[in-house]
Amino acid sequence: MPTKTFSRYADLPALIGLMTGDEKHRAAAESTLDVLWVLYDRVLDVSPERADDPGRDRFLLSKGHGPAAYYAVLAAKGFLDVPTLRRWAEFDSPLGHHPDRVLVPGAEIGSGSLGHGLGLGLGTALGLRAQGRPEPRVVVLLGDAELDEGSNHEAIAVAGRFGLDNLTAVVIDNRSASLGWPGGIADRFSREGWAARSTVARDHTALHEALTAPHHGRPLAVVARVNPKEW
Amino acid sequence: MTATATAPRTVVPQQMRESFIDTVTAALDTDPRPAVVLADISADNFVQAAARHPERVVNVGIREQLMIGVAGGLALTGMRPVVHTYAPFLVERPFEQVKLDLGHQDVGAVLVSVGASYDGAGMGRTHMAPGDVALLDTLPGWTVHVPGHAAEVPALLGPALRSDDRVYLRLSTRGNAAARPVGQGLVVVRAGSARSRGVVVAVGPMLDRVLAATAGMDVTVGYLATVRPFDRVGLNAAAAAAGHADVMIVEPYLSGTSAHEVGEALSDRRHRQLCLGVPRGSELRGYGTPDDHDRAHGLDAAGIAAAARDFFPE
Repeated sequence: MPTKTFSRYADLPALIGLMTGDEKHRAAAESTLDVLWVLYDRVLDVSPERADDPGRDRFLLSKGHGPAAYYAVLAAKGFLDVPTLRRWAEFDSPLGHHPDRVLVPGAEIGSGSLGHGLGLGLGTALGLRAQGRPEPRVVVLLGDAELDEGSNHEAIAVAGRFGLDNLTAVVIDNRSASLGWPGGIADRFSREGWAARSTVARDHTALHEALTAPHHGRPLAVVARVNPKEW
Repeated sequence: MTATATAPRTVVPQQMRESFIDTVTAALDTDPRPAVVLADISADNFVQAAARHPERVVNVGIREQLMIGVAGGLALTGMRPVVHTYAPFLVERPFEQVKLDLGHQDVGAVLVSVGASYDGAGMGRTHMAPGDVALLDTLPGWTVHVPGHAAEVPALLGPALRSDDRVYLRLSTRGNAAARPVGQGLVVVRAGSARSRGVVVAVGPMLDRVLAATAGMDVTVGYLATVRPFDRVGLNAAAAAAGHADVMIVEPYLSGTSAHEVGEALSDRRHRQLCLGVPRGSELRGYGTPDDHDRAHGLDAAGIAAAARDFFPE
């Protein structure tokens, strides 16, 4: 049996199971699970009590499809009540197949249509900087196929030129971009002035190191490789 | 109506962009919330403001999707983004960002366009946006200002900068000889008699043309510089006071953009309505001047007069 509070990494499959009805099922939705867990458990300075604190870190889920893992982590960290998960995607549920920031406690943005999170994150990073708040991190989670959207490349170029070191992009790479990224994804960021690192999503220690190593004066890109999409 | 009474004398050049830049530059000095987001257009005009407020004047280069995304992010941190470029690049090119990065995130911004429908007629269709207001009108919660005089710009922009609403301010190089009251809905400029033939609503830069076109006709002429939300109550009252509840609305953008609003405003009475604006039927492949386009679209004083005579028969 899971613990009563469903607050451990080991509880996440059960929490996902409350939504999908199959806790062994590991679909595209869960490609984000390890990254989300490491971020919320060890990296981000966020909590339900500080949801409106201007000094909190910001996590922006740009890749808004398959949000079951996201909701599970939010529940494990106390942003969502566990019973809420059972009503996933019902008409009056706050949890849909794409998250809506107005409805989901703890969600910084609503997403679903690809290619919007990094621009919003860049603006958030600029807004925090303009208000004299260099400490909060802005972390945006994207997918490798999502990078097909040109809007991302507008943001990658500008974040690099501006040296926005309070901005981090995490790209889940399950090699689902139809036409691929010759030279690798990290290269796309480092060419534009980002500090870019690649790691394996399942290795939580390596992921934590990649997300927390110094990158002064540059935005940080972490490419987290997962197994190619399995259906 | 003779040729000498047409467009040139009913269209007065306006310095609306300059008024906008002055107003925002002053606001940056006194209010910590505004932040200007640019995509190269007008960046030269904000050099001094950028020197004083380097973190609140952001030029992202020619990247209009990002311009709106950045505005959404700034607003999420509590700032008041002011986003500015040519109308087609501000509203049409990044339309999904306008829909999602502002509206769906439940945050606001002030979008300020120049170019209007065809101020840059010589640049051709790529720099024209007669459909901008109709397109924004598909989204909920937008306030749309269409000033007709540069002196109206600060009066519309000031409250917009202090609010958190989603506001579109549509600037033009062309307008009316005198500024009119703004921010209060439909303003009756010339009242018809109790037996008048109806009401003509002139939006922003169309007023002087409408006044010239309807000179000598017994109609009420009302001026509207804010078209969303639309002053349904004011139009209903003007129509109720007229001899006939017949309304002609003259807009400087796509014809019929406010047709549904006029219909709602008059839903309690039998009425007729005529909507003048840039015709929807075909793309006008012409360059020349804005006056040329006014004439081609029937939006010069002569064209409006002809339409008014047909719509309000003796």
